[in-house]
Amino acid sequence: MQLFELRGRSHHADKAFGWITIAAAGLVLVILGLVAASMTQRALPVLEKMGPDLFTSSKWSAAEDHYGLLAFLFGTLYTAAIALVLAVPVSLGVALFITQVAPRWLKKPMVYLIDLCAVVPSVVWGLWGVLVLSQHFGLGRSFLTAGIILAIMITPIITSLAREVIETTPLTDKEAALALGATRWEMICATVLPHSKGGLVGAVMLGLGRAMGETIAAALVIGSALGQITANPFAPGNSMPAVIANEWGEADDLHKSALIALAVTLFALTIVVNLLATWIVQRGRRHA
Amino acid sequence: MIAASDLHAKPSWRSTRSKLMTGLMIAAVAILAIPLIAVLYAVVSRGAGVAFDAFPAFFTKDIPAISRREGPGMGPAILGTLLVTGAATVIAVPLGVLGAVYLHEYGGTRKFARAVRFMAMVMTGVPSIVMGLFIYVMWTMRFGYSAFGGALALACLMLPVVIGSTEQMLRLVPTQLREAAYALGASKSRTILTVVLPAALPGIVSGALLAVARAAGETAPLLFAVGAAKAFNPHLFTEANTALSLQIFNSDLAFPAAESRAWGAALTLVALTFLMTITARVFTSRFALKR
Repeated sequence: MQLFELRGRSHHADKAFGWITIAAAGLVLVILGLVAASMTQRALPVLEKMGPDLFTSSKWSAAEDHYGLLAFLFGTLYTAAIALVLAVPVSLGVALFITQVAPRWLKKPMVYLIDLCAVVPSVVWGLWGVLVLSQHFGLGRSFLTAGIILAIMITPIITSLAREVIETTPLTDKEAALALGATRWEMICATVLPHSKGGLVGAVMLGLGRAMGETIAAALVIGSALGQITANPFAPGNSMPAVIANEWGEADDLHKSALIALAVTLFALTIVVNLLATWIVQRGRRHA
Repeated sequence: MIAASDLHAKPSWRSTRSKLMTGLMIAAVAILAIPLIAVLYAVVSRGAGVAFDAFPAFFTKDIPAISRREGPGMGPAILGTLLVTGAATVIAVPLGVLGAVYLHEYGGTRKFARAVRFMAMVMTGVPSIVMGLFIYVMWTMRFGYSAFGGALALACLMLPVVIGSTEQMLRLVPTQLREAAYALGASKSRTILTVVLPAALPGIVSGALLAVARAAGETAPLLFAVGAAKAFNPHLFTEANTALSLQIFNSDLAFPAAESRAWGAALTLVALTFLMTITARVFTSRFALKR
């Protein structure tokens, strides 16, 4: 395309426009850098006071100025794990249904359905979780309730990513499998799944990142118990984002610093998961 | 001639298994749909009463200062949601489109462009509450609560989404269009502004609309920037404001009056986001460039 570039009167305006677009694109890097730097700086007071205890202690008490986030880290990972166990099979099933089974006319409505699931606000899921799921169905506020709500919220995300990945399977591969007499399921196992394995792993990891960072719905249904590390899914617990949302209102300076330290930990965790996921997805795309 | 059914006179384990797995896939679709239907049923059945009783009082009246008091009122929250989301759109969409223009029209496979593209994808996964605290540290601590702080937080969340969807749309604009413009002597910036962007516009609009719909429902990033006012506040830059999502999160569910107002607010918010999503989809299928 360089071949066609002409140097006319508006050469300077042309250059300026190019620089404006670069600045806009660079904003992404600037914002991410600022997030990391400004928040780490605000988290330093609590890190100085607590030292490594911040990450290894599960005692969290504003009254005693003792902040250990281990229990919340556990809660975040535990609820995210429950969410993944519930969401992954459903997402995969729906994605396979849309791409391999559904008749043509059904595909578009299915995509609409997934879009609508994805756009229901988190606070509405939370309200529904509190008043219907936990009170009406007697699940209470617990790790499990939070896990279920998170699963509902990440299923559409994983599904739409998985659908995109699966649709890149070459038609010739699938036709070859069917021509050899494979049933539909055998065709899926032999061509679709191996072809999209990498992308599917990436999709699941992006879902994991979402589940770990999801705040409001978890804050409403997880139960806000302090220091809870237990494998019992029916116990009330807490997760890092939920603590931030629930405690921010009445936090003093050091407490706020501790909550920002939670946010920094969460940021680091989700960045690592997303870096890995993005890398896997992009590598998958290049092979496709 | 041998019919397919003759080959499988008795259904074999293989075909049974295939049918079973297909059945499981259909079950998965049902499992996906059940929560959506359940939440829509709850929102409509519990929210419609309060929202449309003495219409349009719910959408225009103040929020009662005392939670247990009966009566309508989400007006300030609706105004706040529109104000915050609107300002976020004005900030994020132009920047996102320009960023995408760089990525596709200038950067291509350059290192900087690849880094931005990669980090934009990573940025879509940054939890919204982290963005909220970031804006608290950068903005609220200096300038206090305002609708604009919330708009900044939402804009940070929307930016990478808009970049991603816009770049996809730019990819669909045929290269011949650009070459034709160059052949007529247009500069690169002129080509982009008068040929490429107009060609991709419907797709860009619907991608942006989806991002706006997603942002309008956000609560966590607003917690630290918008405040919790209950009165009308039409000012963008000053004084605490409120939003529908914040009102739902903060409502005292112990009082039936507050609970029913929360459902009314939820109905309004869901209607708003669904409307934008459906508009975006219809827009795409009618006007956008196709692969």
